[in-house]
Amino acid sequence: MTEEKVKTPAAKAVKTKLRATGINKTFKRDGTETSVLENVELEVAQGEFLCLLGPSGCGKSTLLNICAGFLSPTTGTVTIDGEPVTGPDPRRIFVFQERGVFPWLTVEGNIAFGLAKLSKAEQAERIAHYIKMVGLQGFEKAYPQELSGGMKQRLEVARALAVNPDMLFLDEPFGALDSITRLIMRGELLRIWEAERKTIIFVTHDIEEAVQLADRVVVMSARPATIQTIVEIDIEHPRDISSPRYLELRDGIFNEIGLAHKI
Amino acid sequence: MTLSQPGKWEKYFWPVLTAGIFLVFWHYAVIASKSNVFPGPWKVLGGAQELMRKGVLIGYIRDSLSRVGVGYGLAMLLGVPFGLTLGWYPAASQVVNPVIQMMRPISPLAWIPVAIVLFGVGNTSAVFLIFLASFFPIVVASMNGVRNVPSMYRRAGRNFGLSPGKLLAKVVFPAALPQIIVGLRIALGIAWLVVVAAEMLAVDSGLGYLVIDARNSGNRYDLVIAAMIMIGVIGLALDLIFRRLEQIKSIRWGFRLEA
Ligand SMILES: Nc1ncnc2c1ncn2[C@@H]1O[C@H](COP(=O)(O)OP(=O)(O)OP(=O)(O)O)[C@@H](O)[C@H]1O
Ligand SMILES: [Mg+2]
Repeated sequence: MTEEKVKTPAAKAVKTKLRATGINKTFKRDGTETSVLENVELEVAQGEFLCLLGPSGCGKSTLLNICAGFLSPTTGTVTIDGEPVTGPDPRRIFVFQERGVFPWLTVEGNIAFGLAKLSKAEQAERIAHYIKMVGLQGFEKAYPQELSGGMKQRLEVARALAVNPDMLFLDEPFGALDSITRLIMRGELLRIWEAERKTIIFVTHDIEEAVQLADRVVVMSARPATIQTIVEIDIEHPRDISSPRYLELRDGIFNEIGLAHKI
Repeated sequence: MTLSQPGKWEKYFWPVLTAGIFLVFWHYAVIASKSNVFPGPWKVLGGAQELMRKGVLIGYIRDSLSRVGVGYGLAMLLGVPFGLTLGWYPAASQVVNPVIQMMRPISPLAWIPVAIVLFGVGNTSAVFLIFLASFFPIVVASMNGVRNVPSMYRRAGRNFGLSPGKLLAKVVFPAALPQIIVGLRIALGIAWLVVVAAEMLAVDSGLGYLVIDARNSGNRYDLVIAAMIMIGVIGLALDLIFRRLEQIKSIRWGFRLEA
């Protein structure tokens, strides 16, 4: 097989991690068919941070679930590392909004959930490492109901990272958080991403969030969703969110979506 | 912190006060009615002491509890796995559910003649009735518990590579456990109601038998009321065990709306 290449903002040639070709998805409900995704083509590079952006109900979650193997497309294929995706896999973890943590397990228990195959000593080491990484020290024995929304979200990220996946799928992970926590969480996610260089596909309908986080922003149209445009965010981290380039890119996406940046 | 948070002393003070007022009311109501059949609280206390002295009370309590233990224990042992299976395989529940839904509203007492035909008058019949009465609520709660597990938890479990068996044990069961506990608690309440009724008809020991026997052998209403109070107290204690279970942290999440 020939090495596949895609361009990243820095114009480095890197390996393709995920490739979606000719994805169509129709849902049947009450006898009527709705087309949700139409002919979606997508390539994600190894180690890339990609944001999927689009209006509510357009099919972002559907596309993400197809990539993660939870849904199969009506037509088309997704390959990861050249292998077709046929179902979920511990090498690629899907992070739901905070509600995905298991309420019957402690913080430790949640992080250990995917680690059953490791020895107790290795488990303990991983748990300690990721608890520290997401800043939950002192809450090892706490149950999710004793944590705030932001802490639960960090716990879910820690649980995902602990199995050392090479990809993360995040579906509006910060959507339920208040705006201050959301900002902090974005910073933490970037810090973790820079440390571990996982390939990340991140769904959001928040334009600012997409421009702050992503290497590339995939803008999707309203349903049936097609990829309207892909915007490269060629700003180094940490990003200055009042720099002219940031504002230019952000406003470009606002215009692309058809929203005047005035209220 | 809510303003209406009761103080520690209030937790005990109010129930004790209510019970005290009730006893006083009972005492004077009996005096005022000039009844010579219906006993006041002192006479009932005397009756209870008499039962204790003769050693029958403990024996009867033990008999009633052991009937519930066997009947309810069997219902739990069979009902939980059965309900989990029905919840796990929707096709199976479609087949069985109509039957369960039809059996459920039949009062366990309506089964008494059937029980007597099957097992004769005796202990087995009483245990069978308790089993029947608690089996269906347990099955239904376990089945619904599994069905109501948010798909997100199952998906997260599958994502971490769990086999179907592991998924059931490590995700679906703990996620359904709060609902199963509710079902078990309701079933235990029903079992306790039924044991008393069954003992009135089918056996010659137990608290239910004591009620009937005390009345039949010389209108000893002091013993009747003493037995009734014991029945109530034990029912309350059984319920408290489940309330304790619901407080366990790996279960409590299912009972807190704000969680
Ligand atoms: N299982 C399903 N059956 C039928 N229709 C579905 C199903 N799942 C999604 N849809 C439809 O597909 C469309 C896209 O849903 P999806 O959840 O992918 O949107 P989204 O872009 O993630 O929206 P949001 O930003 O609000 O989360 C919606 O119109 C929804 O009604
Ligand atoms: Mg969505």
